[in-house]
Amino acid sequence: MDLSAISPTLLIASLMVAATPILLAAIGEMVVEKAGVLNLGVEGMMIMGAICGFIIGVETGSPWLGFLAAALGGAVLALLFGVLTQVLLSNQVATGLALTLFGLGLSALLGQGYVGVKAQTLGRIDLGPLSDLPFVGRVVFGHDPIVYLSLALVVAVWAFLKFSRAGLILRAVGESHEAAHALGYHVRRVRLAAIAFGGACAGLGGAYLSLVRVPQWTEGMTAGAGWIALAIVVFASWRAGRVLVGAYLFGGITVLQLNLQTAGAKVPVELLSAAPYLVTILVLVLISRRAGRAGAAPADLGKPFHASA
Amino acid sequence: MANDDVSFTVARGGIHALLGENGAGKSTLVKTIYGLVKPDAGTMRLSGAPFAPEDPRAARTAGVAMVFQHFSLFEALSVAENVGLGMENPPGQRDLSRRIREVSQAYGLPLDPERLVGDLSAGERQRVEIVRCLLQDPKLLIMDEPTSVLTPQEVAILFATLRKLASEGTSILYISHKLEEIRALCDAATILRGGKVVGACDPRTTSAADMAEQMVGAAFKAPTSRGGAPGAPVLQVADLSLPPMSQFGTPLRQVSLTLRAGEVLGIGGVAGNGQDELLSALSGERLSTPGAVTLEGRDVSRLRPTERRRAGLLCAPEERLGHSAAPDMSLTENAAMTGADRKGMLRAGFLDWSAARGFAEDIIARFDVRTPGPHVAARSLSGGNLQKFVIGREVLQDPRVLVVNQPTWGVDAAAAAAIRQALLDLAAGGAGVIVISQDLDELLEISDRFAALNEGRLGEPVPTATLTMERIGLMLGGAHDLEAAS
Repeated sequence: MDLSAISPTLLIASLMVAATPILLAAIGEMVVEKAGVLNLGVEGMMIMGAICGFIIGVETGSPWLGFLAAALGGAVLALLFGVLTQVLLSNQVATGLALTLFGLGLSALLGQGYVGVKAQTLGRIDLGPLSDLPFVGRVVFGHDPIVYLSLALVVAVWAFLKFSRAGLILRAVGESHEAAHALGYHVRRVRLAAIAFGGACAGLGGAYLSLVRVPQWTEGMTAGAGWIALAIVVFASWRAGRVLVGAYLFGGITVLQLNLQTAGAKVPVELLSAAPYLVTILVLVLISRRAGRAGAAPADLGKPFHASA
Repeated sequence: MANDDVSFTVARGGIHALLGENGAGKSTLVKTIYGLVKPDAGTMRLSGAPFAPEDPRAARTAGVAMVFQHFSLFEALSVAENVGLGMENPPGQRDLSRRIREVSQAYGLPLDPERLVGDLSAGERQRVEIVRCLLQDPKLLIMDEPTSVLTPQEVAILFATLRKLASEGTSILYISHKLEEIRALCDAATILRGGKVVGACDPRTTSAADMAEQMVGAAFKAPTSRGGAPGAPVLQVADLSLPPMSQFGTPLRQVSLTLRAGEVLGIGGVAGNGQDELLSALSGERLSTPGAVTLEGRDVSRLRPTERRRAGLLCAPEERLGHSAAPDMSLTENAAMTGADRKGMLRAGFLDWSAARGFAEDIIARFDVRTPGPHVAARSLSGGNLQKFVIGREVLQDPRVLVVNQPTWGVDAAAAAAIRQALLDLAAGGAGVIVISQDLDELLEISDRFAALNEGRLGEPVPTATLTMERIGLMLGGAHDLEAAS
């Protein structure tokens, strides 16, 4: 095994790329769950974002329009979930699972003519001399805009939930919809907005796969990334900073194990492939073990809200 | 129909009492004023202007504030965040925290704005609600049972606050079951029964018995205490110390007590002084060191709740929904939950549901629980009815020792009297009863001996007959709590 073939600089740079789809989906889902809604359809919204973004990206030649379409596609699918669960009061778990199946099927149908097509991808931002700095240049300044957008989104969500009044109301709705309703807040409206935001984020994450990371369309290309995003939200105990840690840890181990495989490590491939899941969950469990009450789930997570007198 | 053709007027700067049993329509009426329920017919006027709030925020903007009976608080949020959520235009967090400190100290309701509400006791939570309202400078302040968890000193301070607010021109709509309180505080009263106004009076000149009669529609029985010497010790607690349940909880410090057969021991104390901890140590939810809890000579310190129940030590905790009853399960299921073993509902590990239903029906009949039947969910019962069910469930299991926490909190006068009578009857039958309560009148009425719990320490029990209100106040250490605030 030749470990010297693995360059730490490239490793870190590529783990950020590998982690971005999961990070986007997870931070969106975190907001949804903070509002008290459990949307298990992340995988379906991601893949819808992947195909919507890819189609628009190919047809218009603009990856930016592709990302916009992906966010819209994810949000529309999420709102379908929102109407079913919030207005028609269907069961959130069952509806979320159905949303995943629906998204996988619909995306396969939409993407039939796009298999093997190549899309215009996003370039790295060229910051001139900054990008030429050793290590830092590649790791900090050498990415495409969506990577920075995802990081900015984590900070924005953290600040929104911690400091803004709207964020406080969102948390209050997730904590006790009865009490929020008694105080005159619009539980359903807040939740629908959160669901749409979560869908848009998942859509962006999916489009990052089909437009940047791969970049082409294959059926079922999200390959469980949505489920990992869901798990990361839980194990990150609904905290934006920990979602970032979790997503990057997962991305890092994924990239590392791929590198180890090519370097010919004497470890069974199955074990290497399972490593990202095992390590991520283990680390986040260890972190949340110390969190106490502050790390608890929103109290009304997944409970249906029916406005009564 | 929850309200039928109700008319009344609250004077500017007046303290107006709204009296009625549970289910008389008081809650619906105040929800209408607060914009949570829209009336089918009729009009409201606030300061002369037509008033028809679309939602609670419109009501708050118009100057109506409300302290809820069932707390409208968010457990995972801090005190300051909870207060901010109930205000229309809250200042920044730092300003808000400062104002909460100021107001809470000015009105003798000490509060730390940074604490999580989930770690507060019932009494402290109510302070949050009251402070939230006071910060809004309301024109009309609606208070639903505000004193049920306060000590006499705190009640006195609250009353002074309310009188001060009233003299500044704030109108107060005051809902309470405590008739003496209404007589001391209010200058007008409207009495509701079955959704209708059945009377109006000046509580300063009307006797409590008269008001109670109008409210209930018939005279109700006050509990009769029985004399008789207490028997042999049934429960002994020796040097019981336990760390707090949460980082903001109160540790138990060397609690010792002896409960005799046929005796009611009252334990008073300001909320958050270790009541929940004491109950959980006795019920077996938390285990204690060997030898700490002895039931009829048997060491039960290391036994779990089910085993303690089997041995005859039964408990009814304070929180009705979620602690002593599972809100979404039926009364039958709730009856089986603690009664299965002692009422012989178990056959080789399987539950005999017809026996469980019979037991639930027995509780409903014997304790006058108003409900369509044992199949309804516990959540759908009003507070008083569910409390009667919960207490009845334990009493009918014929315990050797029964420990209850806040048995009549938020329960109307008639139901409270029935619950107290049931506890007295149980003691008369030879069982030992521990009543943990923040309602001192209740403790004085039913207990043979009285002890105070202060910062996790239990004082020496004193025969109730020898007590005065002042002495009790000192025992509770309420003065200490208030000093910390000023």
